[in-house]
Amino acid sequence: MFYRENGQFKTSYAADQQIFGVAQDRWAIVLVLAFAFLAIPFIASDYTFQAILIPFVIMSLAALGLNILVGYCGQISLGTAAFMAVGAYAAYNLQARIEGMPLLVALIGGGLVAMVFGIFFGLPSLRIRGLYLAVATLAAQFFVDWLATRAAWVTNNSSSGSVSAKPLAIAGWAIDTPMEKYLLCLALLCVLGLAAKNLVRSSVGREWMAMRDMDVAAAVIGIRPTYAKLSAFAVSSFIVGVAGALWGFVHLGAWEPAAFSLDRSLQLLFMIIIGGLGSIVGSIFGAAFFVLLPLLLNQVPHWLGLPLSTATATYLEHMIFGALIVFFLIVEPHGLAKLWATARQKLRVWPFPH
Amino acid sequence: MMFKKVAIAAACVAAGMGALVASPAVQAQEQFVPLLVYRTGQFAPLGIPWADGKQDYLKLVNAKGGINGVKIKFEECETAYDTAKGVECYERLKNKDGGASGFDTQSTGITFAVTDKAPGDKVPVVTPGYGLSQSVDGKVFEWNFPLLGNYWTAADSIIQDILKKEKGSLKGKKIALVYHDSPYGKEPIPLLEKRAAKDGFELIKLPVTAPGVEQKSTWLQIRQNRPDYVLLWSAGVMTPTAVREAQATGYPREKMYAVWWGGSDHDVKDIGAGAKGYNTVTIHNTAESDKVHADVKAMLYDKGQGTAKDAKELGQLAHTRGMMIAMLQVEAIRTAQDKYGKGKSMTPEQVRWGLENLNMTQERLNELGFGKIIRPFKTSCENHLGADWARIATWDGSKFKVTSDWYQADKSMVDPLYKEFAEKYAKEKNVKARSCS
Repeated sequence: MFYRENGQFKTSYAADQQIFGVAQDRWAIVLVLAFAFLAIPFIASDYTFQAILIPFVIMSLAALGLNILVGYCGQISLGTAAFMAVGAYAAYNLQARIEGMPLLVALIGGGLVAMVFGIFFGLPSLRIRGLYLAVATLAAQFFVDWLATRAAWVTNNSSSGSVSAKPLAIAGWAIDTPMEKYLLCLALLCVLGLAAKNLVRSSVGREWMAMRDMDVAAAVIGIRPTYAKLSAFAVSSFIVGVAGALWGFVHLGAWEPAAFSLDRSLQLLFMIIIGGLGSIVGSIFGAAFFVLLPLLLNQVPHWLGLPLSTATATYLEHMIFGALIVFFLIVEPHGLAKLWATARQKLRVWPFPH
Repeated sequence: MMFKKVAIAAACVAAGMGALVASPAVQAQEQFVPLLVYRTGQFAPLGIPWADGKQDYLKLVNAKGGINGVKIKFEECETAYDTAKGVECYERLKNKDGGASGFDTQSTGITFAVTDKAPGDKVPVVTPGYGLSQSVDGKVFEWNFPLLGNYWTAADSIIQDILKKEKGSLKGKKIALVYHDSPYGKEPIPLLEKRAAKDGFELIKLPVTAPGVEQKSTWLQIRQNRPDYVLLWSAGVMTPTAVREAQATGYPREKMYAVWWGGSDHDVKDIGAGAKGYNTVTIHNTAESDKVHADVKAMLYDKGQGTAKDAKELGQLAHTRGMMIAMLQVEAIRTAQDKYGKGKSMTPEQVRWGLENLNMTQERLNELGFGKIIRPFKTSCENHLGADWARIATWDGSKFKVTSDWYQADKSMVDPLYKEFAEKYAKEKNVKARSCS
């Protein structure tokens, strides 16, 4: 009924290759984008922007980057937060050292430096895989933690090792209200999300997936493992680096190395596992689950007027959140994206299931 | 069955919502004070008494009838010492109930992040004893108030105490700084380097990775280098670990000096006699017991309204420090009321004025029950610190005892640093220093 595809014929290659082949999907995405860009700026409060929407959008971007590496190319990484940190510190250094550096160039520059860093730490993936690679990427995490606290040039000789971003502006547009910050992050998420979606549909994306599914077989049919794996590392770290720069510049404003700790890496990995490995929209679902749900859980006792102490409420939040993760993984091991796909399939055949 | 459960749940939710909507309708003036705390996470041992102290004092003020009749409304938000969570708490509470009277963020990292946002939001950031040291300069940092001391004044007071022990000369001595490897731990370094150059001692910097349970290699280095004194910039679990390591390596505890966050009763209580001689600098005189403790006990704990589980927590360093911080915030609100109208709730901007015009005389402090804990001080537009009196307290095996006279940081040491770092910050952030004339 809702998803009836009868009568939607594709009569050209272009029509056959579009991202959203079904009219309902196209409309849905237009509505979602219109809501995100046009409606939310009018209805959301500053708190919603700064504490919920901005972290959610930035984390979606980081999860998207990681999903390309883990979900699409099958290279497990525990160093995501390190790539974020590289992006953030590189962008900071670009701004601090080059007078008049435009914000967008600094952000993209942060992504590019993270990309080089990612390729470097992706080199072990050519020889090792699976858990072994996970441990190798863990080295990236420790290396960056060490570098950011030890090397004074990383923080531009800040005495405390904490750095803070300059006021944000793009071509005279001063980005100082929470709404503008949100729009900046959202625009970057849309552009990079679209690029990622197209990449995974292209020949590069198919190479990644071939590597993921069976690397020996992929090599036999002529896919170059070096190229496929390193390109996945490059694209992934670029996106993660931009997300890290946004996290530092837009969300925190000032940060210390602890902002990009191992916890963050693990959190991102859980996000894509819960959201759905190998799915672009799954990254966004996962980020929503991890950013929004704890806040909600923390507020529920408050709304109900339960007289819980702060510590109890926090422990309760952790317990319920942990239980929900286990629950979701048991109910749907393929993540929230699979739940959505199932729902969509049910809508397609409704009301006559078969 | 299922339906029944759902119905009960729905009824509960409805009742909760109803209570929420009904409550603000008829109420007297209230002043909202947000409380950022960490009762969980790696620093919880320090965070819990600190948070209890803040709440206890606010409850005491309410029990005495509020600030000129204005009751204080407070709400805790758990940060777990995590900057991102702290920023979320700040955003959640800053505009609540007529605006937050000021944030005591309890964390250097959160202070850094919030310092950027406060001027835009027009909310004061109160960081007694921690935060950005250079924010003493009120011309650049209009919204920051590092009242009563910061890490530079703490380090300077400790060095002065050591100088006294060494009869005025530190030439050729070695002093090791064992610090938590975070902005918090690194804050005293600029001052100590300056001091080292002036007094001729060698500064050995020994970072410890957070949370600080791995210190074996650090203490091996201490054993190797044999520093004459060890300064400890630690917090949470790092402190007892360091004292135990000192015990294990045979380093004399008498030669160890911790900053105020490394000098809580919890930190050394379990080690007991093993920590005898361990020194800490107290921001003002937080090891002292005063009338305020008796008041809190009589008006809260004896009636079962205390925040901590046990009245024994009263009088502990961190708890007293929490009360002192809450007291400063309350007095700022009171000062603002003197100017903008008694019995009214103050906006954050008015509270900021109050913080900038605090005048704590000895009479007033005696009245509040802090006479022995705090010395009189005044804040001004240029000086957001007030005064930086500090004392050394020493663990005698069962409790901390004040063992030194009052110290104040050497102005010729700290003032140029304030200026230099504030100017650097202003340049980086395009802040125009305001005029104070």
